[in-house]
Amino acid sequence: MVTTDKPAYKVIGTRPIRPDGIDKVTGRAVYGADVNLPGMLYGHMKRSPHAHAIIKRINTAKAEALPGVRAVVTALDLGPDPAALPDLSKNILAGDKALYRGHAIAAVAATTDLIARQAADLIEVEWEVLPPVLDVREAMLPGAPLLNPNQHTRTPSGPSENASNVVAHAAVAFGDADKAFAECDAIVEREFSTKMVHQGYIEPQSATAVWNPDGQVTIWSCTQGAFPARQNCSAILGHPVSKIKVVPTEIGGGFGGKIAVYLEPVVALLSRKSGKPVKMTMDRVDVFEGTGPTPGTSIRAKLGATKDGKLRALYADLAYENGAFAGSAANYATMCIASGYDIEHVKLDAYDVLVNKPRTQDYRAPSAPAAAFAMEQLIDELAIKLNMDVEQLRLQNSCKPGTRGPMGMPHQAPGHEECLRQAIASPHYNSPLEGPNRGRGTASGFWFNVGLRSSASVSVQPDGGVSLILGSTDIGGTRASLAMQLAETLGIPYEEVTPTVVDTNSVGYNDVTAGSRVTFGSGMATVEAGKNVIKELSARLAPTWQVPVEDVEFEGGVFKSKDGSKSGTFKEIAQAIVGRGPGLTASGSVNAGFLQGGGFSHAIVDVEVDPETGKVTILRYTCIQDAGTAIHPSYVEGQMQGGAVQGIGWALNEEYYYDDSGRMVNSSYLDYRIPTTLDVPMIDTIIVEVPNPLHPYGVRGVGEPGIVPPLAAIANAVAHATGVRQTQLPMNPRRILETTSGK
Amino acid sequence: MSKRIVSATINGEVNEFLVEPYHTLLEALRNELGLTGSKEGCGNGNCGACNVVMNGQLVNSCCVLGVEANGATITTIEGVAEGEQLHPLQQQFLEDAALQCGICTPGFIVAAKQLLETEQDADEERMRHFLAGNLCRCTGYDKIIKAVINARDVMRSTAGAR
Ligand code: FES
Ligand code: FES
Repeated sequence: MVTTDKPAYKVIGTRPIRPDGIDKVTGRAVYGADVNLPGMLYGHMKRSPHAHAIIKRINTAKAEALPGVRAVVTALDLGPDPAALPDLSKNILAGDKALYRGHAIAAVAATTDLIARQAADLIEVEWEVLPPVLDVREAMLPGAPLLNPNQHTRTPSGPSENASNVVAHAAVAFGDADKAFAECDAIVEREFSTKMVHQGYIEPQSATAVWNPDGQVTIWSCTQGAFPARQNCSAILGHPVSKIKVVPTEIGGGFGGKIAVYLEPVVALLSRKSGKPVKMTMDRVDVFEGTGPTPGTSIRAKLGATKDGKLRALYADLAYENGAFAGSAANYATMCIASGYDIEHVKLDAYDVLVNKPRTQDYRAPSAPAAAFAMEQLIDELAIKLNMDVEQLRLQNSCKPGTRGPMGMPHQAPGHEECLRQAIASPHYNSPLEGPNRGRGTASGFWFNVGLRSSASVSVQPDGGVSLILGSTDIGGTRASLAMQLAETLGIPYEEVTPTVVDTNSVGYNDVTAGSRVTFGSGMATVEAGKNVIKELSARLAPTWQVPVEDVEFEGGVFKSKDGSKSGTFKEIAQAIVGRGPGLTASGSVNAGFLQGGGFSHAIVDVEVDPETGKVTILRYTCIQDAGTAIHPSYVEGQMQGGAVQGIGWALNEEYYYDDSGRMVNSSYLDYRIPTTLDVPMIDTIIVEVPNPLHPYGVRGVGEPGIVPPLAAIANAVAHATGVRQTQLPMNPRRILETTSGK
Repeated sequence: MSKRIVSATINGEVNEFLVEPYHTLLEALRNELGLTGSKEGCGNGNCGACNVVMNGQLVNSCCVLGVEANGATITTIEGVAEGEQLHPLQQQFLEDAALQCGICTPGFIVAAKQLLETEQDADEERMRHFLAGNLCRCTGYDKIIKAVINARDVMRSTAGAR
C-alpha cells in the first residue's frame, strides 16, 4: 500500500473478520430466494417471445381456471394511472407493446412453482409482430422503426421536432476543439464498438410480498436499495410509501443490476389479489433476458497533441444503447472520458438510444469502461506516434488539483498522478515481458463517486457494546467498513460494534448501494451518529462529574474532565451511564451531494495471443487504485480484483449475442461465458491513498474504478502483441483471427 | 404425479422426506428440508452454487433429481462445520476475505473441501482446474484461491501433527 499522508488510525487500515462472515461460510445467511413464509404461493412471469410486438389482447381465462392458480395479473392491475414512473411500470408489466424478448407481460401465483409455470403457458396473447431495431447507429437514423412513436429527443436546445429513438443528446464543450485540432502535430481518430453485457451477479432476482387487508405491505427483496425500491413500488402501485415496508435480504451480487425493481411490485399485486404471501424468483434466462444489462456502444473519437506531448483536443461522439426505455445514461461517459487529463479543448456528444433489447441498467462505473476503451487506446496510439512512453505521456498530461474535472468542476485532490507513479515504479512495469505473441498494455480509468443521502443510528448497550443500525444494503463488506469507522470515532475495538442492516421502517432514509457511495456516504452518517453519541454521553456525564459539559473532553476513546481529575474509557463511561440510566440512541443523517471526489484506477496487463486459435491469455495483471483511505484493505483489494476480472470477461468473451429477430441466443452461463478460475491469473493490487478531503477519514469510493481500465489495457496489450489495433469487443478468438489473419 | 418418499443420510442424520418426481435434489434440500445454504445460480449445472457431496462425489444438486438421493449419503454446506468448530476452509475464507456477496461461498467451500480431502497436495493449477465449475462474479477468484491454498496448508499441518 502506498500512502501519501495519513493520521495514525487504530482501527482503520486493519483487516478484521467481517461481522456477517460466519453466516455466509456456514450457509445460514438468508438471501432473496431463501425467504419462506407459511402458506406462501409461487409466482411466475409470462414473457414476450418477440423483440417488438403490439399486444392486441391478453386472455387469462384458461390460466385462471387451472387448479392451484390463485391470482393472475397484467398491466391492467397496475391501475389506470401508474403515471409517476411510466417507463418503470411498462417495464415490469408491458401494457400495449412488448419492446424486447423477455419483456414481462403477465404474472401468475399458484400453489406450486410447476402450476405457476403451466398457468403462464396457458395465458394467450394476440400479437402484431413489428420489425425490431437492434443496432444503435441504425436506431438513430430517420425512418428506423420507432419503439415509442411519442418520444422526442431531449437536446440542449429543447425537444427534437420529429419523434426519434434517441432519448437524449448531451453536449459538452470546453474551448474550441475544431480550431485546436488544426494546431495539433499528431492526431489519432478511430471508431470503436462494444456489445451489451450483463452484470452477471450469481444470485437471480427474488422477491416475496405479503399484502395485509389493512393495506400494510411487506416486501422482502435482494435489492441494492430498500428505500428506493419502496419508493418505486409506491409510485407504481399508487400505494402510500409509509404503508410499504421493504426488508432487504442478503444480496448475492448486484453491480448496479439490482437497483431497479422488477418483481417487487408484481408479487405485491399477486399477494393483494390472492390474499397470500407470494414469492417469485427468476431463473438465469429471465435474468439475462428480463433484467437490465448495460449498454453496447458505438464511439467515434479523435485525440490530438502537439509534438511535445501536450494533449490539446478531444472529440467524441458516444452512442449508447438504452434498450427498451431510457436506461443507463451515456451522459456519465462525458463526465469520465476526459477527467484524467488536462485537455483544454473538449467537445463531446453523447446519445442515449432506444433499441429492442432489455432496458439497460448501470453496471459498475456505468458508461465509463466503454469510453475508456476508446480514449485509452487513442492515448496508446498517440504515444507510439509521438515516440513517447505511454505512461510518461499520461503523467505529463494528468489532472492535478484545480484541473477541470467532471461537469467542468475542478478536481480537488485527484489521485491519477500518484497511480501513474506507482504503476511506473511497480515490479510489473519494471519486469521485461519476453516471448513471441506477447504484449503489455496499460490504461487509466476514472469514476466520479456519488455521495447521496444516508442515515445511520447507534445504540449504546448496557455493557458498553455498541449497535450500529444501517439502511444501506451490504453488498461486499460495508457492515465491516462502517463498523470500523464507528469504532475509530468512538475509540473502541472493532469487535465492540455490532452492525445490522434493517428494514425501511427501522432507520432513516438511505439511497441505493451504488456509485461507490456506502463506505463514503453512509460512512459520513455513521461518523456523525458516533459523534452524536459522544455528545450525548458527555452531556449525561457532566452532572455526575459535577463539571460543566464544556469541560468534558473526549479523545482517543477516553472521556476526561478538563482539570484531569476524572476520566474513563468509552466502555466504562457507557456502562456507568447507560447501564444504570435510560437508553441511548443517536443518529446521523447526511446528504453527501452528487460529485464526491472520484477515484482513479490504472491497469498493467500482459497477454499472450495464440496465433492459431486466436485465444488471448491473461498472463499477468496489476491493478493500481486510489482508495483515498483504505478502511479495510482486504475488501478494497477485493473490489479492485473483482472489477479487473469483470473487465477481463467484458474484453475477451462477454456479449449479448442476438439473432436478426432480436432473440438473445446465449442466455445461459455456458454460452454467456463469464471468467472462471481458469481464465485469470492472480490479480496483483497496489492501493494508493490520496485522502479525499470531502470525507472525515479521507475515504473514496472503491467499488467502481477498477472495471474502467481493463477493456482498454487488454486491447492495448493485444495490439502490442499482434500489431493490430482492436476496436471492437469482445476480443474473442474469432475476432482476433479475423483481424489478424494475413498479418 | 404424486410425491415420493426419499430416505437419505444428510449431514450425518437420516432424513425421510417427500419430493415431487420432477424436483431436483437442490429443490428438495431447500424447500423440503429447509437447507437453504445450497444456492441456485443457474439451475443447469453451469455455476456450482448448488454443490453438495453425494456418495463421495461432488455434484451439482440442481442436476440431480430428488428421488435419486434415496439411500444416499449427502453433505451440504450446513454439514461442513463440526458444531462450533469451523472447517479450516471456512476459517480461511473469513480470514482471507475470500467472499464479498457470499452467494458462491457455500459451493466453493463444499467443492474445495472435496478437493482437499481427496488430494491434500493439490497445487494452485490443480485448484483452478477443480474449481472451474464454480463461478464467482465478485472476487476475481484471487482471494478464493489464496484461501484454499492456506486451508490446504493448515489441513496438511494438522494432519501431520496427528
Ligand atoms: S445452480 Fe446448480 S450449477 Fe448453477
Ligand atoms: S462473492 Fe459474490 S459471487 Fe462470489
